[in-house]
Amino acid sequence: MAEVRFDTVRKLFGRDVVAVDDVELDVADGEFVVLLGPSGCGKTTLLRCLAGLERVDGGRVLIGGRDVTHLPPRARRIAMVFQSYAVFPHLKVGDNIAFGLRMQKEEDSEVKRRVGQAAELLRIDHLLDRYPSQLSGGQRQRVAVARAIATRADVLLMDEPLSNLDALLRLEARAELKRLIFELGVTTIYVTHDQVEAMSMGDRIAVMNDGRLVQVDNPLTVYDNPADTFVGGFIGSPPMNFVAAEVDGGNGTPVVRMSGGTFALPVVDVSHLKGRRLVLGIRAENIEVLKEPADDLVRASVLVLEPLGSHNLLTVRTGADTLKVSARADLFPATDSDVWLRIEPARIRWMDRESRQAIPS
Amino acid sequence: MSGESLARMRTVLLHAGAVLMALWILIPIYVITAAAFSSPEAVFSFPKPLVPEISTETMEFFLGATGVLPALRRSVVVAFSTLALAIVIGTPAGYALARFRFRGADTFRVSIVSTRAFPIVILAIPLAVTFIRFGIDDSSFGLTLMHTALALPFTVLVTSSVFAGISEELEEAAMTLGCNRFSAVRRVVLPLALPGLAAAAIFTWIISWNEVFAASILTLRNRTLPAQVLVALTQSGLPFQFAGGFLLLAPALVVVFVIRKYLFDLWGRVAR
Repeated sequence: MAEVRFDTVRKLFGRDVVAVDDVELDVADGEFVVLLGPSGCGKTTLLRCLAGLERVDGGRVLIGGRDVTHLPPRARRIAMVFQSYAVFPHLKVGDNIAFGLRMQKEEDSEVKRRVGQAAELLRIDHLLDRYPSQLSGGQRQRVAVARAIATRADVLLMDEPLSNLDALLRLEARAELKRLIFELGVTTIYVTHDQVEAMSMGDRIAVMNDGRLVQVDNPLTVYDNPADTFVGGFIGSPPMNFVAAEVDGGNGTPVVRMSGGTFALPVVDVSHLKGRRLVLGIRAENIEVLKEPADDLVRASVLVLEPLGSHNLLTVRTGADTLKVSARADLFPATDSDVWLRIEPARIRWMDRESRQAIPS
Repeated sequence: MSGESLARMRTVLLHAGAVLMALWILIPIYVITAAAFSSPEAVFSFPKPLVPEISTETMEFFLGATGVLPALRRSVVVAFSTLALAIVIGTPAGYALARFRFRGADTFRVSIVSTRAFPIVILAIPLAVTFIRFGIDDSSFGLTLMHTALALPFTVLVTSSVFAGISEELEEAAMTLGCNRFSAVRRVVLPLALPGLAAAAIFTWIISWNEVFAASILTLRNRTLPAQVLVALTQSGLPFQFAGGFLLLAPALVVVFVIRKYLFDLWGRVAR
């Protein structure tokens, strides 16, 4: 069994830089967890603490129930793919893949078999006799992955393995990698700053900021129900819109007040929202663009129209706020003209204006 | 003057400067080599033919002169010993400087280089006294120690930059695949560092081979070749001087030509 547990893991650099701030995370056996966050958030440091390449300053790391906190990397039964691939330039591809197996003192026949298997899975079996310098970046990346999976380690660690590939290759490699890891069924911890990658690949996403875990959930939950404005703004392209707003009870249906207009909020219980300074979070695709004014619509002026093919991305201004809004591909409101926005109440995520945290409904 | 002809004049001047610099180095080399391989009479003749008759008489005379062959042998022994000692000390030092962030690393680096800043003239006499006190004066062993001290700053600088140029992620990858740091260095880093270390070794060898000042002060009867030639220089004849000069510059020239292609190879391979 290869479940992973981070138990109050703390890592400092120097005396004052807290890279990892008391992180608690449980990864189930066979689960694919993505550590996602901006540069400097501590995700790579956390991964390296798991690998044993960094010493933790507090807490424990457990793999398969074993406390590996003070063990060197070679004793942890892990395999790692580095961002730069770290493929050994002086060894042929076959010897690279065989490296871990030979260190384990496996028999030659077994080594050959496992190398062949791994190479076939990564579709590089025709490259075994070449040197890394004779390969393209994408091929070298496959060598790095083959070398990692050949050892059949308990946990697979990946540090931004797709970042150095060009955009088109990255798309293909992403799907192939996801399929491969699904077939292997190995516990995988994957670090990336690309939220699209995180959404597409992980069983769960662990969003990190400033050394702390902000939210750990499956991709759809992180997308639809961000825990705070940071997550909402980091996940999704374009980021979630956040505008200051208030909810008035009065008699009858509650009403949302924001710059640009007011609209009815068909919710029964708004006791947790009334009288509070709020932030209204809504994604671009949950705002409908209309050309004529009507009830319950917010007025906005078009700043920019970006035709993206499948839809048009509008940047609009509602007096005090700027919003990104998705419009149908056949709608082309002129710049500086007025449009009316219908904000889907069910898709609103309410946040507290001071704490920036989501308010549970 | 138009811009174009100005640019052309600059190119001409640049080429002329390059040719002059090349001649500055090549003409003395040619004169020494030509004189070393002509007969003693031809050495004294004037004007000299551009391509002299080849004769090994001068070289034979030189090699047969008292003390020359032993001095040659001693130079070789000291140079190789210096190479070995400097590499054995300098390689781990360079690795530590490149890999580990320890307190005083910068001070260490500066102090290594600053030993070279000390004029040997000032050090020579106290060194000779100390050597005599320890009984290692006038010996190849003592001279090896001195040459190692002189060469180490250079060796350490080169080895540390060689190791710095090898990505640490390669060792880390090896460590996740079953190596401890020692076997990671042995299996992954050293093979990649070898060309650079070889270059450092060869330069160290040349530093020792060409070193004349310390050798003259610290040895009396067991001299190395540069010291021997220097001492005999004022009294010996012209042919002797030319032959000695040739023997001193020949290995350095050969080594530089051999190492040239390794140097280009080295930068290409170590680059990620």
